[in-house]
Amino acid sequence: MRVEQISVFLENKAGRLAEVTRILSEAGVNIRALSLADTSDFGILRLIVNDNEKAKEALKANGFTVGKTDVVAVEVEDRPGGLYKILDILRKAGINVEYMYAFVQQSGNNAVIIFRFDNLDEAVRVLMENGVTVINGSKLYTM
Amino acid sequence: MIYDMEYETLPREALEAIQLRRLQTTLQRVYATVPFYRKRFDDVGFKPSDLKSLQDLRRVPFTTKQDLRDNYPYGLFAVPMENVVRIHASSGTTGKPTVVGYTARDIETWATLMARSLSAAGATRGDIIHNAYGYGLFTGGLGVHYGAEKLGASVIPISGGNTKRQIMIMKDFGATILTCTPSYALHLAEVAREMGVDFADLKFKAGLFGAEPWSEKMREEIERKMHLSALDIYGLSEVIGPGVAVECLEAKAGLHIFEDHFIAEIIDPNTGEVLPPGSTGELVFTSITKEAFPVIRYRTRDITSLNPEPCVCGRTFVRMNRVSGRSDDMLIIRGVNVFPSQIESVLMEIQGVEPHYQLIVDREDNLDKLTVLVEVGESAFSDKVKSLQDLEKMITKNIKEYLGVSAKVKLVEPKTIARSEGKAVRVIDNRKL
Repeated sequence: MRVEQISVFLENKAGRLAEVTRILSEAGVNIRALSLADTSDFGILRLIVNDNEKAKEALKANGFTVGKTDVVAVEVEDRPGGLYKILDILRKAGINVEYMYAFVQQSGNNAVIIFRFDNLDEAVRVLMENGVTVINGSKLYTM
Repeated sequence: MIYDMEYETLPREALEAIQLRRLQTTLQRVYATVPFYRKRFDDVGFKPSDLKSLQDLRRVPFTTKQDLRDNYPYGLFAVPMENVVRIHASSGTTGKPTVVGYTARDIETWATLMARSLSAAGATRGDIIHNAYGYGLFTGGLGVHYGAEKLGASVIPISGGNTKRQIMIMKDFGATILTCTPSYALHLAEVAREMGVDFADLKFKAGLFGAEPWSEKMREEIERKMHLSALDIYGLSEVIGPGVAVECLEAKAGLHIFEDHFIAEIIDPNTGEVLPPGSTGELVFTSITKEAFPVIRYRTRDITSLNPEPCVCGRTFVRMNRVSGRSDDMLIIRGVNVFPSQIESVLMEIQGVEPHYQLIVDREDNLDKLTVLVEVGESAFSDKVKSLQDLEKMITKNIKEYLGVSAKVKLVEPKTIARSEGKAVRVIDNRKL
C-alpha cells in the first residue's frame, strides 16, 4: 500500500526546476504529482512519476542528489469536508502528517491526496480500518 | 619496504655530514649562477664560504613565491636552458604560474624519490599503479609516473577526469595502488557506488594521496569506502614535485622527509625565526641536490611541525606531521584564525556529510561574513525541509563551537564547488582590504 516518491535537492536559483523537468522530459518520464518545498536557500522537489528508476537514473547522471521515500496515496471524497474526514481519523489516532499534496488526477469521483507519515504502516492500518481507500503504487503510476 | 636502504636509514650524524657538504655546494652554485641569489646574499652580507655548519643556514635569506613570480619564467634557473630537459609549472590560480625546470639528473633524483615513496606504500615491481594525478604542467602525474617506472612497477597513466571510465579500468586492469588527490579519491568512491562497483571487490591495497591538505577523518573515510591503506604524500613543484615526504605503511604517523635531498626548517610565519623541534609553524625547504632549479629556504606557506622521533619502519629521516593549513590560506575572520581544514574536520564529524565544502568570505558594513557552502550528497539528503534545516543548524553550531566563529551554512548541489586538477577551491575571499 506504499507509493514510491522521489525527491530532488535543488539550489534556490533560476532555472534549476526547469532543468529537472527538461531531464525528465528527455528521459520520457511522465510526472503524475509534485510538490515543491522551499526555503530561502534550497528547495526539495517531491515527485510521483510513472517510472521511478528511469527518473532517478537520469537525474543522478546529471549530478542531482536524489532521494527515495515511501508515501501513501489516499482517496478523498470530492466535496466539502472530504479532507477533514481523513485528517480527523488521523488526529484521533495521534498520527502526524509530515506533509501532503494533491494528485493531479481524480479516481472516479474522488480526489487523490499524497501523504508523508513518519509511521507509514500504522497510518495505513488506521485509514483502512476506517474504510478509507488507499491506492497502491502500481495502480497510481498508471492512473 | 625501504627502497634506498643506505640513505633512508643513515645515522643522524652521517646524514648531517652529507647535508652540510651538499648545502655548501648548492649555495656556492646559486651564488655563482643565479643573480637573484647573489644579490640576496650580498644584501645581508652572507658569503657561501661563511657556512660552516647546518646552523649557519639561518643567516641565509628566505625565498618566497613572490620571488619566483618576479623572476618568471626562467630567472631562477641555475643551468643554461640546453641542460633543462623538463619544465613544469604550478597552476597559477592567483596570477602567473610558478615555472620550474629539471636537468636529466634532476628527473633521475625525482624518480628515485617517488620510487622510495611508492615503496613506503608497499609497492613493488609486481604492482599495478593506477595514476589518476593530472598529467601535464602539474607535477603530480609525471612525478608518480617516472617513480613507478623507476621502481619497475606497471603504471597506468590514466590522469584525472572521465571518472566512470576510470572505475571500469580499475576493475578490469586490476590495479593495486592508487595515486590521486584525496578529494578525487572520495569522488571515485562516490561514482563507484553509483555504478554499483564495490571497492572491496577490487585489488587495491594502498593509495598515495596528496597535493592538498586532508585530515585524519578523511583518511578513515577513504579507507572505509575504498578498502585500502590511505597514505599521505607531500611535495610541491617549487621543491621538486610529489615525493618530498611520504608516510610509511608501518607507522602511518607523519611523513618522512627525504632529508638527503632537502633540508627542512620550521619557522614562525610572522617573524621568520627558526622554531625549536616539535613547534608548529611554517615549513621551509632548501634543496641540496637540485641542479636546474635549486631553492634556498623556500617558504612553503604550509603549516606543520617536525617529529625527530625514530620510526618503527627503520627510516631515520625526520617526519613532518600532516599539513594543518597554510599560512596564506589562513583566514582571519573577525579576529579569529580559521583554516579550511578545521571546517573540514567539523564536517567530517557529522554523519552523512561529504567533505566537499567552500568558504566564502565577504565584508558587509565593515563586518566579516563567513559563508560555508556544503555539498549535499545522498546520505545527508532528506525529503523533509526540517531535516535539512536541522543539518544546517548543526553544522553552524559545530563551527561556532569548535572554531569560535559564526558562519552561515548553505547547502548546495553536488559538484557545485569547482575542482581543478582534482584540487577543490576551498576559499573565496571577497574582502577588499
